[in-house]
Amino acid sequence: MTAVPIPLSDLRRRQPRFTGISPGHRACQGCGELLAARLVTEAAGPDVVVANATGCLEVTTTNWPDSAWRVPWIHSLFENTAAVASGIEAALKAQSRSSKVLAFAGDGGTFDIGFQALSGMIERGHNVLYVCYDNEAYMNTGVQRSGSTPVGAATTTSPAGKERLGKRHLKKDILSIIAAHYMPYAATATVAYPADLRHKVRRAIEVEGPTFLLVHSPCPQGWGHDGSRTVEVARLGVQSGLVPLIELERGAVTGVMPIREPRPVADYLKAQARFRHLFADSAEAARELQHLQALAEHNIERYGLSAPGPEAHDSEGADTVRRGGNQWA
Amino acid sequence: MPLALEGSQAIARAVALCRPQVVSAYPITPQTHIVENIAKLVADGALDCEYVSVESEHSAASTALGAAAAGARAYTATASQGMLYMSEVLFDISGLRVPLVLTCANRALSGPLSIWNDQSDSMAVRDAGWIQLYCTSNQEAIDTHIQAFRIAQETTLPVMVCVDGFTLTHTMEPLELPAQETVDAFLPAHRFARMLDPQAPLTIGTMVGPEAYSEVRHDHHHALLAAADNILRANADWAAASGRDWGGLLRASGPADARIGILGLGSLIGTLEDAAEQHPELPPTRIIALRAFRPFPFEALQAICADLDELVVVERAISPGAGAIVAAEVRAALSELPRAPRVHAVAAGLGGRDIGIGLYPNLLEVAQNEKIERFRIIDLDPQRLPEELSA
Repeated sequence: MTAVPIPLSDLRRRQPRFTGISPGHRACQGCGELLAARLVTEAAGPDVVVANATGCLEVTTTNWPDSAWRVPWIHSLFENTAAVASGIEAALKAQSRSSKVLAFAGDGGTFDIGFQALSGMIERGHNVLYVCYDNEAYMNTGVQRSGSTPVGAATTTSPAGKERLGKRHLKKDILSIIAAHYMPYAATATVAYPADLRHKVRRAIEVEGPTFLLVHSPCPQGWGHDGSRTVEVARLGVQSGLVPLIELERGAVTGVMPIREPRPVADYLKAQARFRHLFADSAEAARELQHLQALAEHNIERYGLSAPGPEAHDSEGADTVRRGGNQWA
Repeated sequence: MPLALEGSQAIARAVALCRPQVVSAYPITPQTHIVENIAKLVADGALDCEYVSVESEHSAASTALGAAAAGARAYTATASQGMLYMSEVLFDISGLRVPLVLTCANRALSGPLSIWNDQSDSMAVRDAGWIQLYCTSNQEAIDTHIQAFRIAQETTLPVMVCVDGFTLTHTMEPLELPAQETVDAFLPAHRFARMLDPQAPLTIGTMVGPEAYSEVRHDHHHALLAAADNILRANADWAAASGRDWGGLLRASGPADARIGILGLGSLIGTLEDAAEQHPELPPTRIIALRAFRPFPFEALQAICADLDELVVVERAISPGAGAIVAAEVRAALSELPRAPRVHAVAAGLGGRDIGIGLYPNLLEVAQNEKIERFRIIDLDPQRLPEELSA
């Protein structure tokens, strides 16, 4: 059999890209967090050291004796990820090594229990990219409310009932708090826009100093949607204005993803069982729905998200599909 | 030539001689002078290291953990509430088998608040899986820190060096600081085989199920027991280099024919030795300084106590509801002897109550009790107790 020359462009496409997480981990089907972590590690490349908080990302990828990680990785505890990352970074500096340190944690480990360590890490200016995989509750322990859970969402510790409509408190505006540390670069991203996510990872890694990325990552189990709808649900979050995609440099807004065809928040909420009670036939439910709609409109107004014209084609999204297998090669 | 140094300053300079690459620090009395002195050495260019001023003790321990996992020689120091606050991390550091050195400037625990010395803090974390070495003097503190860095990297276990707060940390005295060449010859360059390295990626800190967790604990326990040899070797090698021998796991002083022993940890040993000298009329006494509390020196302790009739253990901490901590372990170890001494337990000097020469005759009185003293605080002031408890 004679060898058929393969065009260079095809070879490039077939060349498997570096990925920090191997398949075979034990995350649920459609897990937004694992998808996000894979995209982040792909964009970050192999020259990194990862400090990972306790949580789904940790327990699903490192069941001894297996590990899904292809990069050096350490898990210590729940709340000390930023401090462990600080120590790694200090050690690399002392040894004149140039690898980038990444810190991974969920929203519980970032908004709540790990917040102090994170604030300290940023204040001290460690050269670490901290990525918060935000699925808006303590999913690893069975969907308990966190400081990131949106108002109105039902969790096992903020259940909906006769007297309550899910969580009674607003989601913490973590990005503004982070930005208040004179943060060189802080941004939000989502699994629904992988190219945007990758761009932000690369931008964050270029910065010599602390950077922060909040990645909205749907949890099919906790949010109550089918695993096949993870990206769709995440996209509706952005399109409704509830999940603004923004970039902040030294506290100033330097980039936003515009919303060209805003969707009512009801479209986003209806797709998830955690908001089901808001569609009951009651004045309270209607009021809470209005409240969420107002929050979305506030985001659109605050960050100037409105933009004319049709939705831009997410060209890099297609790129992601191609990397998923051989069918495009 | 000896230098006039405060204990904390001496410890800081001893640590600097060991060339740490990362020092993490959060201030707490009476540890502050140690980390202040290290900060000044860094500021003056006398020590080249990453000095990380963290926002809590939890982060101090975590930063040291991260640094050590990335292959750096790491150091931190704390006391009291700081030790409790970082205790979660202490267990993780040892469980992950990450070597580093921590100084505990021993201090009492809240509440009520006390900034003064006892050993409740390090005793509270005795099960954290660390090597624990207790220093009787500031000279021993200097030498023990240098040994600790070598023991840590040889065993891949963390080492806690315990020095009595104020009594040692804030006392100025003439001390011998070794030459840099002496330390360099004793302490090889730091190397951690499992370090985080993109060239050879490893996963550290996995989730371990019931199928292997017991074996991890078994390994850890046996690593600590085996560390006794490393402690002995480090002590012997340093004795050869410096001329100062601190006995390895424990050491004893006093006449060979003594039938009464007094055992303690830390700075009270010097007081007891002085007291024995000042009271030649009292029965001969063997004064035993327990230097290694973890690993617990079962055999060495049995050997040193085999010919005693009475042993009084002086506790610098209390386990409320049980009483003795050290004596409980000493009794268990000596119970294996065919003819074990009676073991009495008393606590003294809690929360900074002064331990003076006068304690010594009281301890000998306890040794001659008709009944075994299970446990009591020996230096109580009856005036300050409610009437029903002061009898």
